[in-house]
Amino acid sequence: MTLWLTVLAIGAATYGLRVAFLARGTPGTLPPLAQETLRFVPVAVLSAIIFPALLQPAGALDLSVGNARLVAGILAALVAWRTRNALATVGAGMAALWILQAVLR
Amino acid sequence: MGVFSARAEFIAGVRDELPIVVGVVPFGMIYGALAVGAGMPPAVAQAASIVIFAGSAQFLTAQLVGIGAPAVVIIASAVIVNLRHLLYSASMAPYLRPLRPAWRWGLAYLLTDEAYAVTITRFRAQQARGLPMLHRKWYLLGAGLTLWIFWQASTAVGVIFGARVPAGWGLDFALPLTFIALVIPAIRDRAEAAAAVAAGVVAVAAAGMPFKLGLMLGLLAGIATGLFVWRYASSGMRSAREPT
Repeated sequence: MTLWLTVLAIGAATYGLRVAFLARGTPGTLPPLAQETLRFVPVAVLSAIIFPALLQPAGALDLSVGNARLVAGILAALVAWRTRNALATVGAGMAALWILQAVLR
Repeated sequence: MGVFSARAEFIAGVRDELPIVVGVVPFGMIYGALAVGAGMPPAVAQAASIVIFAGSAQFLTAQLVGIGAPAVVIIASAVIVNLRHLLYSASMAPYLRPLRPAWRWGLAYLLTDEAYAVTITRFRAQQARGLPMLHRKWYLLGAGLTLWIFWQASTAVGVIFGARVPAGWGLDFALPLTFIALVIPAIRDRAEAAAAVAAGVVAVAAAGMPFKLGLMLGLLAGIATGLFVWRYASSGMRSAREPT
């Protein structure tokens, strides 16, 4: 039940953001500070998820070479940087994870 | 020339959206599989694609449901991620202003990253060439509906098959990988790089906080750092552009 309400709340808020400037049919602009702030939101939120997922896969900080997710994640970042291709990035990262897990086992 | 029928504009919207759909479909399937794997009931996972209809917020929701974050944190995080839609709404407003309210309210629902990207490109190009843009709403409708149909279908495929993927495959790792694929091209200058590093480091340092607040702290630290570097530590050319 809570999960349904959570999804509905996010959906309603998202639609509210999309319709905000279209609802009244009058032109509008965001203040410069808001525009500057919004620019950093995607990068910041994605990094705040990526770093713990790679550095703390089991909860504790693991900076060793034995951390398969860290090594695979760094490789995926290099692929993303070189190719700018999302599927190639996910594919390379997953392949690296499977190989490392097989090797480290 | 210069005269576009409603039908032709609709088809142009569909046609321009299709290449993007090719890239979106695998992620719809990954989302569906991850959402089910994170413990979301299939109906909720699919409903999220209909109600939220925003990939990154849905991935984030699945991730936070999976680690047991409270509803307030999930909602706040997803809404913050979706704040960029305000920018889309504002930049679409001048083009859609002449439409009747029903069209404006309806098209707002379809204003995703992917539909916005092709539509604003088209509108700006037509405006620059002085074309009449009589049927512009049909273009956005074509692009938006195309994405909607493929997003729903790919979510369903992921939801159906995701439940059968063994945990040993580590499919949950596709989520941070997806985010890596999104974040690397999004880092275009020093301020954005600083925002990424600050957000990541603070999120790691604050990972032990209750209610998964580490994510929010990381997000705030990243935004603050990005703004600071942009305003005070970037090149002189940029500071010269500052309004005050």
